[in-house]
Order: sequence, then structure tokens, then C-alpha cells
Amino acid sequence: MNQTESNKQVYDAMVKEASPSSAIFMNSLRAFFVGGTICAIGEIIHSILTNVGLSRDDAGLVTGAVLIVTAILLTALGLYGKLGRFAGAGSIVPITGFANAIAAPAIEHKKEGLVIGLSAKMFVIAGPVIVYGTLASVIVGLIYYFVRS
Amino acid sequence: MNLFWAFVIGGLICVVGQLLIDLTKLTPARILVSFVVIGCILGGLGWYDRLVEFAGAGATVPLPGFGNVLARGVRRAVDERGLIGVVTGGFTAMAGGVTVAIVFGYLSALVSSPKAKE
Repeated sequence: MNQTESNKQVYDAMVKEASPSSAIFMNSLRAFFVGGTICAIGEIIHSILTNVGLSRDDAGLVTGAVLIVTAILLTALGLYGKLGRFAGAGSIVPITGFANAIAAPAIEHKKEGLVIGLSAKMFVIAGPVIVYGTLASVIVGLIYYFVRS
Repeated sequence: MNLFWAFVIGGLICVVGQLLIDLTKLTPARILVSFVVIGCILGGLGWYDRLVEFAGAGATVPLPGFGNVLARGVRRAVDERGLIGVVTGGFTAMAGGVTVAIVFGYLSALVSSPKAKE
């Protein structure tokens, strides 16, 4: 893991040296197409659900759930990691990246036990997201409470 | 909603993330955290919902959309319960997504081996 990670960094550095701006452009292009496609799939699911009669809020939640479950299955099959190596932020920024960030470390650290391994490592990235998201929501809520009254 | 704009706006939000990775050395985890917080702030100001009106899933599927859900949830909770809503709104709003991710993440880890990842 660390070995491949450092190899990747060395490789990235070499790529950057050889062709800095075009590498960044290609990374962005790949992120754009993969990220955009994931969002377009979400849009299709969402419009099917609202056509079936779900409210916009419920359709949003179910769309998120479908994307999350799909991403977790792909993670378990080892496919989401492959997508990530191709798409970079295109697979990290959508909600599917959040799901992957929960499932991948859970699978990887499973052998360290069901409590300290699987369950604890599940929140290595998701934990900070939830912590800062919660803090931000409390601040927004407080400001809204006082501005409103 | 418009499929084209969902694709374009969703793609562009990911490009912002990619440029942050390539140009600033921010780790993916920090980008996820930043995007959720930014989405929550824009949502609190009521700006993010305008992007949602325009781009649909292109705005809701990327992580700033998750932050916006938190902001929307806390505002609704404050409307309903006042100060109590400040501490219940965010968590309530994320409950569905996070619970699905935990349940399926747990089950998938139970049935798959680390080897399958490579």
C-alpha cells in the first residue's frame, strides 16, 4: 500500500516534470467526464423517482442511497478503486466518493477486527466529513436562528 | 430537470476538486471536508438551492450538495423547534444517507476480502 503509494507519487512527479500543464489538463478532463456522468446518472434516477410520484426531497434521498449502494458494491468488487485511478476527483467529489471512503477502509482493515478494524476505520475519512459538516450546520443554524428572530 | 446541465455543472465541480489536488497538494480527505463545509455555508445563505434549481443532480450529487442538505435540514429544524433545531437539524438531514452508507459499507466489508480490492 505505502509502497504503491510512494511509487505513485514518484510517478506523478515524473509526469508533472515531463508535461506539467497538459497532465493537469488531462486530469481535469477525466474528472469532468466521470464526475459529470455520475451526476447525469443521478439526474436520470431522480427524474424516474419523481415521475413515480416521490416528493423532490424523498427522491433526492433515494437517489443518494442508490448511488451510495452502487458505489459500495463497486468498491467491494475492486472496481471503484480502478475508476478512481482514472478519474481522480471525478470519482472522489460525488457522493459515491464518500461511500467509497467508507467501504474501502472497512474492507481493508477488516482483519484487524470487527470493532477496532472494520468499524473504526470506516470513519477515517467519513468521520472528519461528518464532524465538520455537523459543526458547519450548527453555525448555520445558530446564525439562522438569530437572523430570523 | 436538464440532463445536460447536471452533467456540465457536476463535471465542473469535480474539475474544481481535481485542480485543488493537482495545484495545491490538498489531500482528498481535506477536499471532501472543504466541499461539504462550503456547501453548508452556501446552503445557509440560500444560494446553493439556486444552483440545484438549475443543475439538479449536478448540484446535489457532488459533496457540496451534501453540505447543502445539512444547511437545509438545520434551517427547517430551527423553523420547527427553535434553538433545539440548531443541534438536531444537521444530523437529522444526513441520517438517511449516512445510515445507508454504514449498513452497506459494513455488510460489504463482512462478505468481501481485502484481496478483492486490488
